[in-house]
Amino acid sequence: MQGIFDRQSTVEHQATGLKNLRISSVLLRVVSIAIVAIVILPLLYLFLRATGSGDENAIEYLTRGRTLDIMLNSLWLVVSVTISAGVIGIPFAWLTTRSDLPFRGVWLILGLLTMVIPSYLAAVSYLAVFGPVGYLQDLLDILFGIKRLPDIRGFWGAWLSITLFTYPYVALPVRAALLKTDPALEEAGHSMGLNRWQVFWRVTFPQLRPAMASGMLLASMYALSDFGAVAIMNYNAFTRAIFIQMNGFNTARAALLALVLVVSTLFLFSIEWHVNQGQHNYRVGTGARRKLKPVQLGIWKYPALLFCAILALIGVVIPVGVMAVWFFGNLGAESPIPILMSDLIINTTTTSIITAVVVAICALPLALLVVRHNTTFNRWIVGLAYTGNILPGIVIALALVYFAANYATPIYQTLPLLVLGYATRFLPFSISATRSALTQINPRLEEAARSLGMNSWGVLWRVIVPLAKTGIIAGAALVFLSAMKELPTTLILRPLEYETFSTRIWQFHREAFLPLIGFPGIVLMIVSAFGLIIILWRDSKRNQ
Amino acid sequence: MHTVRRLSVMFFSAILLSLSLIPVLAQDGSEVLTVYAGRSESLLGPILTQFSEETGVELEILYGDTAGLASQIIEEGENSPADVYIAQDGGALGALAQANLVDTLPSDILDRVPSQFQSPDGVWVGISGRARVLVYNPEQVEALGLALPDSILDLTAPEYSGLVGWAPTNGSFQSNISAMRVLLGDDATATWLSDMVDNNTVAYSGNTGINQAVIDGEVVLGITNHYYMFRFLADNPDAPIAQHFFPAGDAGSLVNIAGAAVLSTSDQPGLSQRLILYLLGESAQAYFADSTYEYPMIDGVAINERLRPLAEIEAPDIDLSNLSDLQGTIELIEESGALDG
Repeated sequence: MQGIFDRQSTVEHQATGLKNLRISSVLLRVVSIAIVAIVILPLLYLFLRATGSGDENAIEYLTRGRTLDIMLNSLWLVVSVTISAGVIGIPFAWLTTRSDLPFRGVWLILGLLTMVIPSYLAAVSYLAVFGPVGYLQDLLDILFGIKRLPDIRGFWGAWLSITLFTYPYVALPVRAALLKTDPALEEAGHSMGLNRWQVFWRVTFPQLRPAMASGMLLASMYALSDFGAVAIMNYNAFTRAIFIQMNGFNTARAALLALVLVVSTLFLFSIEWHVNQGQHNYRVGTGARRKLKPVQLGIWKYPALLFCAILALIGVVIPVGVMAVWFFGNLGAESPIPILMSDLIINTTTTSIITAVVVAICALPLALLVVRHNTTFNRWIVGLAYTGNILPGIVIALALVYFAANYATPIYQTLPLLVLGYATRFLPFSISATRSALTQINPRLEEAARSLGMNSWGVLWRVIVPLAKTGIIAGAALVFLSAMKELPTTLILRPLEYETFSTRIWQFHREAFLPLIGFPGIVLMIVSAFGLIIILWRDSKRNQ
Repeated sequence: MHTVRRLSVMFFSAILLSLSLIPVLAQDGSEVLTVYAGRSESLLGPILTQFSEETGVELEILYGDTAGLASQIIEEGENSPADVYIAQDGGALGALAQANLVDTLPSDILDRVPSQFQSPDGVWVGISGRARVLVYNPEQVEALGLALPDSILDLTAPEYSGLVGWAPTNGSFQSNISAMRVLLGDDATATWLSDMVDNNTVAYSGNTGINQAVIDGEVVLGITNHYYMFRFLADNPDAPIAQHFFPAGDAGSLVNIAGAAVLSTSDQPGLSQRLILYLLGESAQAYFADSTYEYPMIDGVAINERLRPLAEIEAPDIDLSNLSDLQGTIELIEESGALDG
């Protein structure tokens, strides 16, 4: 690096500065392509499998009524989850960041904690509570003599579970953007005679658009790729259809269905791109940004508290409560296998931290490329990096099994391959968050640093990274929390004899050792919550 | 600035460290077998540990989903590190046999197991048996005045409408349907499936869900494997659940196997066979019968007193090679609308 970008003399800094810019854009593109080449391995694998079998009925299979129904099911789920994740995530982020809501830090953490619960586990707990003869029905039976509730399995159950895991994907980037907004803009709005709502809609809201769009993109991709919740809730979505074909060892059909999923991601990505077109939210004035002043909620405090309380109740209290009931309901239950809790904690957290760091580093060039050199070609490169997030974990895992076992044997069944699997799956979280943070940086700052003789490397580490830190950390946090609970990739790509929280919980769940799920389940939540607190504490300290 | 640099140094050292561990882990004097186990660790773990202790052979085990592990072995192909594969159902073993990834077992293994519980060409054997049963909630059956059906085919009757749970995506259920196809033909099976759907049969994602739903009274009857009930009864002896075996010869009376195979890529076939032989030995078979309530595969091991003897529930001759058309079975299930939810 240092060799390419030597420090220039001040006399010729302008001319070489421009040349430097060009070199760095080429370099950025090369690095980005290299990263994308690795994360699209699953895509290559799908092409190999889909075309390798010579399935003559492929087109017929994809266009028959039943397959189209499954596509419509998934589409309906994605649209409804994305809208509700936005409707919940945006006000939640604003209330816990910009308002004087009492105990907002507590609400923030409780609200974001839903993310750390494995989706199948939460779905099981919702069935236990909201099912036809669940705990809620027990209560209603005592109060009103209601003997049976309508079955929530199917669309509503899947919608409820997935919405609750995905609104944090919207809330986190929106919060990061809110922390970076300049109060001077809002004050200008007020001084021009706008009321509070008008200031929100016409000044604050437009600044949040990139963060919202990227968060909702992640939510929609999660809704498309989730398997745990749709399987438990018996909703015939795309991932379930892929899984059924995989289980029947019809890899060609599974690959074909998965390719349709990939095409839909690119479509979602282009919608998001359209929303974000030409958005820049940096300040252009001189001087430093002032601290944010919390908005007085007044009488609105009470509905706001109710809103946060309901989210915490359904998102966290119910799943944790059900696990606690299982745990305390049978304290004497002896584990048939030793659970080394310290091993689980160390394994799960170290792998997740390494993944978060790797992904944050890899996402930076991709985000920079698309923010600073916004060409169609570059957008496609970054769009391809998003495909990993939409494929069910088992598809990514099997693709990496195929390539690693046959072409990179030394890394097969080692931690680096597991980290690669996680990174492939979660890279988009980091790209999105980093990208929306970068749109808030005025490129003049970079130009200024260059004109003062700083090379590209220096600009990156001393200007861009510090300014985009909140977004980068928010992205890394999403990656960390997702890796903590990831099951299918872990199950297949882990080294032999390597256990994490999710593999242990899965083992107990599959053989109905319900009392034993509670313990690792609750420890997983506590450890994740700890990570969440450290992350949030850091960024709120900087901004208060 | 400094944090970033420190973090990247830490990160790269972590990677280098983990890479450097690979050769260390690989070098070891003792005999090591790699086992891919599609059965749960809580059931299999104790007996595998016992094998290691008795023989000094170290086992490296990857526990996972039965079908997922078979797919993994197929993707690994020539480079599979696995020596032995242990599966929860015959379908996955059949898939490996079809891909020519498993080796013929020697006669001292095959001779121990009845021929209906091994592959026709001797590439896999059953290790333990699990019967298909109808679990029911005795309280509700009494309250509703229901008669338990004599055949799985009777579950389409109007009196059972909305009361039966099944798991159409589950491997054991799919084996059951494959057997039904052999017994009754594809048309009759397809009719039964769609009649069940029309009779408002409730779909669950797995056997655990069915048993839980029967105990909770969400459904009254459930088509499932026999041993799940015992797990729930172990947690709560008063749980309202019991089981009903369909009479011998019925399409609902079937014994599936959990089985094992030696991979053709294994560089230690002898040691691998020794493990399978151990699992078919008396102590392991007694363990499966006692601890997991499964049917032993060898003579002379007593079954749990609450089980119906194997001889009384076995379906008539079904050529196992006819059971291998898993894709055809899945297509029938798809077409019936059972997966639509």
